[in-house]
Amino acid sequence: MPPSASRNPSRPLSPHLTIWRWGPHMLVSILHRVTGGALTVAGMALLCWWLIAIAAGPEAYATFAKVATSPLGLLVLIGLSWAFFQHSFSGLRHLVMDIGAGFELKANKTMAIATIVGSLIATTALWVYLLGVAR
Amino acid sequence: MSLGDSSTPLGKVRGLGAARSGGGHWMEERISSVALVLLSVWLLASLLMLPALDQQTLHEWLRSPLGAVPMALFVILSFIHGLEGLKVVVDDYVHDDGNRVACHIILLFAAIGGAAFALFALARIAFGAAA
Repeated sequence: MPPSASRNPSRPLSPHLTIWRWGPHMLVSILHRVTGGALTVAGMALLCWWLIAIAAGPEAYATFAKVATSPLGLLVLIGLSWAFFQHSFSGLRHLVMDIGAGFELKANKTMAIATIVGSLIATTALWVYLLGVAR
Repeated sequence: MSLGDSSTPLGKVRGLGAARSGGGHWMEERISSVALVLLSVWLLASLLMLPALDQQTLHEWLRSPLGAVPMALFVILSFIHGLEGLKVVVDDYVHDDGNRVACHIILLFAAIGGAAFALFALARIAFGAAA
């Protein structure tokens, strides 16, 4: 928080992490990094386990499926699927920005919010569908 | 590397940035991301269209060329893209040159090891006996 109440709010804040006013673009930026790390470490480990379980046969796969469909396993899978959607949508936003578009304040903010809303909708839709089919 | 007075302004500064290199790394990260968008859509669509998600169905799917090949590409590109991404994270937070290089080597080994493991599993599915 700024020390002086007489501060002109239209002036930019000094670039210090603790006093940045959080905006959707900052949240999306750090989420991109966090979800990317989670997908690489946990996601790829899980993918390896899944593939080797399919290769090993029904018994090994039953072990995988038992862990994956346990409450904790489902929590991890739902979390990773959200990380996947968030990272994908945010990555698409980055590709748009890489070609030099979407840097206007309003468009940039709108795109950032869209990735968050989009990833939550996609995750919900996926799991409503998956759990609906399983039942 | 500067090519002398005849080089363009861009040619003079090429390779002289603060990161010493990185243009290629940057492009690799973008190109692998575009490929992963396509492969992810394929993976998600395939999983949702499979009649069931039991071992036999999945084994049969990954034995077929149209299951095995895109999945192998997905594995390879995921590890490349993840490796490139985590290397950038290391570059941002690990400032000591020795530690930075050590982290890069650990990441490289982990990525190649993981990819080899996943591709072995795929090979066993594709070339092993039918389930």
